[in-house]
Amino acid sequence: MKRKRRKQRVIPGFGLSLGVTVTILSLIVVIPLCSLVIFSAHLSFADFIKTVTSERVLASYKVSFLTALVASLINAVMGLILAWVLVRYQFPGKRIMDGMIEIPFALPTAVAGISLTHMTVDSGWIGSFFAKFGIHIAYTRIGITLALVFIGIPFVVRSVQPVLEKMDAQYEEAARIMGASHAYTFRRVIMPEIMPALIAGFTMAFARSLGEYGSVVFIAGNTPYYTEITPLLIMAKLQEYDYASATSIALVMLAAAFLILFINAVIQSRTSRIISGIK
Amino acid sequence: MEHKYYVEMRGVNKSFGSFQASKDINFGIEKGKLIGLLGPSGSGKTTILRMLAGLETADNGDIIIDGKVVNDVPASKRGIGFVFQSYALFRYLTVYENVAFGLKVQKWPKAKIKERVAEMLELVGLTGLEKRYPNQLSGGQRQRIAFARALAPQPQLLLLDEPFAAVDAKVRQELRSWLREMISTVGVTSIFVTHDQDEAIEVADEIIITNQGKIEQIGTPKDIYKQPVTPFVAQFIGQSSIVENFQRFAGFEHANNTATHAVVRPEYVAVTKKEEYVRYPIHTEEGVIEQTAFRGSEIELKIRVKDTVITASRLLDDKPVEVGEKVNVFIYRVYAFDDKKAYVIENDALAHPDSVII
Repeated sequence: MKRKRRKQRVIPGFGLSLGVTVTILSLIVVIPLCSLVIFSAHLSFADFIKTVTSERVLASYKVSFLTALVASLINAVMGLILAWVLVRYQFPGKRIMDGMIEIPFALPTAVAGISLTHMTVDSGWIGSFFAKFGIHIAYTRIGITLALVFIGIPFVVRSVQPVLEKMDAQYEEAARIMGASHAYTFRRVIMPEIMPALIAGFTMAFARSLGEYGSVVFIAGNTPYYTEITPLLIMAKLQEYDYASATSIALVMLAAAFLILFINAVIQSRTSRIISGIK
Repeated sequence: MEHKYYVEMRGVNKSFGSFQASKDINFGIEKGKLIGLLGPSGSGKTTILRMLAGLETADNGDIIIDGKVVNDVPASKRGIGFVFQSYALFRYLTVYENVAFGLKVQKWPKAKIKERVAEMLELVGLTGLEKRYPNQLSGGQRQRIAFARALAPQPQLLLLDEPFAAVDAKVRQELRSWLREMISTVGVTSIFVTHDQDEAIEVADEIIITNQGKIEQIGTPKDIYKQPVTPFVAQFIGQSSIVENFQRFAGFEHANNTATHAVVRPEYVAVTKKEEYVRYPIHTEEGVIEQTAFRGSEIELKIRVKDTVITASRLLDDKPVEVGEKVNVFIYRVYAFDDKKAYVIENDALAHPDSVII
């Protein structure tokens, strides 16, 4: 009898580990998502469309997307600057600052929401300053954006930082010798190197911001048509035991998240083709 | 002010913290020459190159290019082309954009950029690869593109940092002669850094040998090979064995020299079998073969002569010798050295041919 020769792998038990992976993925991702579709199916297609395009829901999409987009754009710029400072400069307290980046991950989002609200209401520390100029932060879209900036910043910093760290100083030196200005070098040499990571950080922050609930509900004020975000609307439907409507709206959000991540994946694969040299 | 040298360093020092990378560097390079900066790693050769390029600033001393002190001139204004060890080609730019980079920065008109890039690609023999990205090229091609990019803005001085380190041995050999040819075609004064003595000897018009931040010797490859002036150079160049009290050996008893140590290079040792003819018997030693190793075109031998192991070689076609065999060893020449200087000492048989015949 001939035994089939197997290739030795570094980590043994490929079959077992693949099984574990698929099981976990199904339990925590696929099955809940399928249940979304099944619950929504209680509605007829016309009802589904009516639910997800009702005026109040449409307004909530607008609030969610607008605030998430603005917050993620702010995060892309601020996160890039933060990562740059943390990688390129030496200063006392750098380690502590580096560690603080992750606090938004660790903190219960409700805590963040409450403290941000407390500071930015018109009588709060920061809010009272801006109130003098007629700018209100808490209970407006600015407040929502602020909360989303807070929870999204680590995504950008943590994706850009390793790329900046690994980037060869020779690129900049080569550009410098050829007479390129700092701005030109940054635009033509450094930016393309960090762009994929920046886009990845941006999309992750954006996707997260779209679904963010805990930190936003306190600061948003939840005025329908003005500061009511989509996740809150889903929550409201659930509290009315209107599961079908809730899952329908959730399905739209899921599609949006999928689309965002898909666009990111396309961009990433394009840039990785340039790097790996496969045509 | 005389303009004998195109590139000059006068009394240049450079420290990184407490580490002194360059100690009192003085040299001059004539226009159009190809210079090799040779030394072991950490000997300060790359620091010299980077100071010339303006990537590092000297602590003191003067750097002169084309008769002008350039200490305070920024890298971009020195008229320098630089080829990095890992080439530093911009990964997200195509070959065309890479070569055109320096020209674009200098605001050349578009048509002229196109013309110049085409000319450079033809020079390096890579026409037709304009649209490729650097990672779609082989190591040798990347090196050529790096070279084209550095030369495109018509620099007066080309600096290359370990230009062959990142390619494999076969391609390296090809690139060496290619580079030599290319530089003589373009006629640009060039300085390259290397730790490989064969490379320096083969490619350079002149070699500057560095060790521990100091320049040990400057000269043509031939001079450096035949007339090492410092102990370091004597030991660094060639495949040398070091012997103590070289006066013990036959033919060197009368060497009128205070130096005790000497370098023996395999090419100055003749090994003959006992039955083979020996021309200068009194000046020949007897040795025992300790080890033989096949080296392709020759057989490398380790021979014990008077308690000292000497490296020598025999041709592949010569009658084979075996380990343990007694052989005649005639040493033509040694490079004796003390703490400061190195001396060339010939075997008595060759130095005073008359005294040999009795």
